Amino acid sequence: MGVLKTFVLGGVHPEENKLSSNVPIEALPVPEQAIVPLGQNLGAPSKPVVSKGDKVKTGQLIAEAGGFISANIHSPVSGTVLKIDNVVDMTGFRRPGIVIKTEGDEWDESIDRSDDLITEVDYSAEEIIEKIKQAGIVGMGGATFPTYVKLMPPPGKKADHVIINGVECEPYLTSDHRLMLEKGQEIIIGTKILMKALKVAQAIIGIESNKPDAINHLTELTKNEENIKVVPLKVKYPQGGEKQLIKAVLNREVPSGKLPIEVGCVVQNVGTTFAVYEAVQKNKPLFERVVTVTGKSVKKPSNFLARIGTPISKLVDAAEGLPDDTGKIIGGGPMMGKALPSLDVPVVKGASGILLMREQESHRKPESPCIRCSKCTNVCPMGLEPFLLAKASKIGKYDIAENEKVMDCIECGSCQYICPASIPLLDYLRLGKNKVGNIIRNRKKK
Amino acid sequence: MCFAEKCLLNEIIRKSIVVDNIIIIAVIALGGLGLVSAVILFFVAKKFKVFEDPKIDEVEEALPSANCGGCGYPGCRAFAEAAVKAAKENHSLEGLNCPVGGNEVMQTVGQLLGIEVEQQEPLIAVVRCNGSYANSPGKVKYEGVSSCAFTHALFTGEGGCQYGCLGHGDCVDACDFDAIHMNPETGLPVVNDKCTACGACVEACPRDIIELRKKGPKDRRIFVSCVNKEKGGPAKKNCAVACIGCGKCEKVCKFDAITITSFLAYIDFNKCTLCRKCVEVCPTDAIWEVNFKPRKPKPLEPEGSVARKTVVAKPADAEKVKSAEEKPKPEDKH
Repeated sequence: MGVLKTFVLGGVHPEENKLSSNVPIEALPVPEQAIVPLGQNLGAPSKPVVSKGDKVKTGQLIAEAGGFISANIHSPVSGTVLKIDNVVDMTGFRRPGIVIKTEGDEWDESIDRSDDLITEVDYSAEEIIEKIKQAGIVGMGGATFPTYVKLMPPPGKKADHVIINGVECEPYLTSDHRLMLEKGQEIIIGTKILMKALKVAQAIIGIESNKPDAINHLTELTKNEENIKVVPLKVKYPQGGEKQLIKAVLNREVPSGKLPIEVGCVVQNVGTTFAVYEAVQKNKPLFERVVTVTGKSVKKPSNFLARIGTPISKLVDAAEGLPDDTGKIIGGGPMMGKALPSLDVPVVKGASGILLMREQESHRKPESPCIRCSKCTNVCPMGLEPFLLAKASKIGKYDIAENEKVMDCIECGSCQYICPASIPLLDYLRLGKNKVGNIIRNRKKK
Repeated sequence: MCFAEKCLLNEIIRKSIVVDNIIIIAVIALGGLGLVSAVILFFVAKKFKVFEDPKIDEVEEALPSANCGGCGYPGCRAFAEAAVKAAKENHSLEGLNCPVGGNEVMQTVGQLLGIEVEQQEPLIAVVRCNGSYANSPGKVKYEGVSSCAFTHALFTGEGGCQYGCLGHGDCVDACDFDAIHMNPETGLPVVNDKCTACGACVEACPRDIIELRKKGPKDRRIFVSCVNKEKGGPAKKNCAVACIGCGKCEKVCKFDAITITSFLAYIDFNKCTLCRKCVEVCPTDAIWEVNFKPRKPKPLEPEGSVARKTVVAKPADAEKVKSAEEKPKPEDKH
């Protein structure tokens, strides 16, 4: 294979712990009650189009996009709308949501439920984008940016490459890995659909070399495809970040503060690509996703195909229960995920995994003073100086933080992972990003 | 020898003459330069003279020089400029108030500018949350950075109330007057009488818990110590003393001082007459009375209602809180 490609600046290599990579995806039973938060995507929350007492079918539209950067939400179960009220979302905040009581599992008639593979893409670019928009697809790697917005480059910009992100650099998570193994053909067709929507000729699927089976499987499937290339990548975190992946596969650098389209790339996660296939070819909106449930003490680390709105407790039960020594429950991976306040929170479109951390792993080490060892600067994949930004944010010098490009931080957590003094660098960086973001917004208003 | 001595002497005389020359030249040159510059500067200063009202200095002198920004201007000098300008143009100081100096200082400023200044009611910062460790016990444990601004964006807070105090003390850091401190027993900030109502803590609080309210006669105040906009059930689940929006206080208030919006009562301090009726009817003890004399046991029902509160409401809450506590609890990211 020769020297594997990767991005240049920084990066770390945490323990991989991919415990569930050999466990096939298992469809979880439909929950008795689905809790669907309305703010599942980046941007504006969706607006409900059903009311209390309405009968809904699985896959029926229950909330429409609440703005340009927003997405439709479809009912994940069939039954009666119990209430439209505040529900607990992933952060523990109570925000508007729809609660649906399940009665049977009747799907909307327009959805093709057969397992047949539809290889021919008969739609025009506009039709594809409209279908993706209707299906409420958002970036399923975790950022939940509405996919159709990415497929409509701003005027004057032209994409030349679609990059499919099969990197899954977060430790523990295996949902994308399993999807590539089990739904490889669908992902290839999804890639073609995305290429057609963007009118580009080239696609690259980037996969880290710790998933040789997925690399082989997709290479085999793309044997006869001239335009789709599978690129194995060196294992390095955070290669799954858009900008890092573009650098790794194409050696192009996205300028500070700009989007990947600036260098002619559109990056989509494999989960999203699969959802695109289902939406375009099978008319199936996004109402279920693959979620990894894992952790060192979990009896049965698994990959579940779960409906949106399923309480996380159901997933944990299906993985044979909450281990006694659980210290922390994380939504997402260990590097970028956020701790969950309880098991009652529902699965949302951006939930790629549930990590049950053991008590002894879950605590932070006491913070000690910075000795300027510059390890954080060396590992920062964006070429920032985390210690400086953290200090500036800590003491409220947001002008320094802004000048030192705090807004370029991708919150990957490499700096905090590597820091020998256990300084919560990422916390301060997030604080700084939050404050500087507000300052910039206020300035624009004026 | 003699020759050599003569030579040396000559040398010294010659050198000293040279040195003298240099000094004289320098004095003349610099003096001339100075003179020319002085003349230029004199005319420039005449030509480009900026008239500054001497009153600005006088007003600034009268101000407390705290430079806290509580008046809305960047420092006392800016306030003085604004005051002099307003006095000249509008003949009033409306909208201009130095909260730190209070009425006394504003009176002096008014005298300096020859304007009658209306008496302003003194204000004080009020913390409208009572989610102490006892009332809103922690369901999760947080180990990250101690900053309200950060934790507000991250999660609801240890007690689970998404409107309540996070207890990391951003307000304490913001205070320039040593007027607000965290109470380690409750985890809530407490305002003392050094408060000048500059509003820095109000700005600093990411959850808008702190409000500037009238200090009140003899420091007596009544306010709703809760900002939870949830319905009664979820609000009560997280905090034993949350306002549940039952509306009892609104009904009992004869002065229309209380309004309820999204399940939260708010007392308008301009209308409130401090009759304390609302305090008595509040089923969750969310309405606070401060600096009042303790009630006498004789009056009609208050005694009974207080007793009812403590007997019925409290144990039920405690149980609820317990059951919430038993749920799995881990918290905080990696």
